[in-house]
Amino acid sequence: MKLLTCIVRPNALDNVKEGLSALGLTGMTVSEVKGFGRQKGHREVYRGAEYNIDFTPKLKIEVVVSDSMVEQAISAVKEASNTGSIGDGKIFVLSVDEVVRIRTGETGDSAI
Amino acid sequence: MMEPTSKPSVRLARSRQAIMAIALLTVLALPGAALADELNSGDTAWMLTSTVLVLFMTIPGLSLFYGGLVRAKNVLSVLMQCFALTGIMTLVWVLWGYSLAFDTQGMTAGVTNLSSFVGGLSLAFMAGVGVDSMAGTIPETVFATFQMTFAIITPALIVGSFAERMKFSAMIVFMVIWSTVVYSPICHMAWSGAGSFFGDMGVLDFAGGTVVHINAGIAALVAAIMIGKRKGYPERPIPPHNLTLTVVGASMLWVGWFGFNAGSALAADGAAGMAMLVTQVASATAAVTWMLVEWIKHGKPSVLGMATGAVAGLVAITPASGFVGPMGAIAIGVASGILCFWGATTLKHQLGVDDSLDAFGVHGIGGIVGALLTGVFVASGLGGQGLAEGMTIGGQVWVQLVGVLFTVIYCAVASFIILKIVDATIGLRVTEEEEDRGLDISLHNEQGYYSA
Repeated sequence: MKLLTCIVRPNALDNVKEGLSALGLTGMTVSEVKGFGRQKGHREVYRGAEYNIDFTPKLKIEVVVSDSMVEQAISAVKEASNTGSIGDGKIFVLSVDEVVRIRTGETGDSAI
Repeated sequence: MMEPTSKPSVRLARSRQAIMAIALLTVLALPGAALADELNSGDTAWMLTSTVLVLFMTIPGLSLFYGGLVRAKNVLSVLMQCFALTGIMTLVWVLWGYSLAFDTQGMTAGVTNLSSFVGGLSLAFMAGVGVDSMAGTIPETVFATFQMTFAIITPALIVGSFAERMKFSAMIVFMVIWSTVVYSPICHMAWSGAGSFFGDMGVLDFAGGTVVHINAGIAALVAAIMIGKRKGYPERPIPPHNLTLTVVGASMLWVGWFGFNAGSALAADGAAGMAMLVTQVASATAAVTWMLVEWIKHGKPSVLGMATGAVAGLVAITPASGFVGPMGAIAIGVASGILCFWGATTLKHQLGVDDSLDAFGVHGIGGIVGALLTGVFVASGLGGQGLAEGMTIGGQVWVQLVGVLFTVIYCAVASFIILKIVDATIGLRVTEEEEDRGLDISLHNEQGYYSA
């Protein structure tokens, strides 16, 4: 099992969700986050005071998939959030030791 | 025989002394019996409404306007300061503030004595103010409560300059003394009628450009200097945490301001109607002006800019609202939009002062612009209600300037001394750790926003 941590543009959420749902994936966790990478921050102006805001708003989408689904899921996220411009985000893939469904106690792939 | 400028002087009317001061330099003293104030239910209904509108300006209008501009960790502290001032200033006003402002004993038209500067204590604890007491054509209870809402919002305006770093206890003590020593006397000098210092001089201040806005703006500037900058300012960004609140608050201020200005006619009459029209025109003009200036200077128009411009226009039209016409209001709107923009974005940085929410830049500058331009656009040739007989525009502007300078100097010196005393006894500023944690938790054991 793998955990995909996807940092994407906020407006990519619907596309990513639809792409992953089309693969039959049934769950994900979404957080509003801020950060920076190659895409630098932006400028905000309040009553003439200009601020360079280093941290750009992004979404962090976390989804756990079985090993057989990893490549398809990565492709789906890439396809859904790629605009070709700097700032499209990243996907981190991590190994997951165990998953437990709290209600039933199921573990492993059947708990995803 | 009365020139049109006599209308606003309804504000000066005080039946208690059976003296009706009519307009600027023209004073008629009538025997009590002849005055025989009759209650006008139309006037009274409008003044009850105006009173509520002006209270609505402070809570929730100004509270939200300011609350949105601070960081999330300080939002409650600002709301608390405004709410607490509403409560405390109400008590100060009925106990002694109203008397210091509107007790007219010892005043004689054309005579400058101590009573020209501050009232006595004959009305303290609202002595003698009953159901049948009259102030002009409205009950004195309504007049006193209407004036009370001005005494509430003026200190609350000052809050903007020292937001996010002042001790709550120090703020309370400062404001109680300031209201007593600065607000009530300036209010008395401007509005207590024949024999008052500004009144006899011929200073035009319809709804409080000098009494409310210059007074608050200057006290704000002095307070911001004395309490020092917020930690991190100006190197670190301190952006507003919720401009939605701020715009809602500014909108409430705009609505409430009709009570402030049109209510200052103290009657439901033509002067109130004109005050309403010019208030709307000046505010709208200043909002659009600020928007355009910002668009040109910074590339994009901002909603914070437009809301701030609207408030700047409202401030500037305040002293003029009973005296100028709609075209004068446009001129005042343009001037205040440009000059308050300069005050909040350029002058503030040149002064090196952390006037956190631009209380001086908007209310101080806007108040001065409005007070001076009132002297220009009151002229009937410029669409105003007309200068006093024998008065020139230059002469009236000079009188306005003297009123402004007196207020600036008196308010600055008095505020400085009060703040020094409070600093030496209580201390003005929270600790660095309290400032870091935010005043909501540090001073009030609460948070404005809980995530779960």
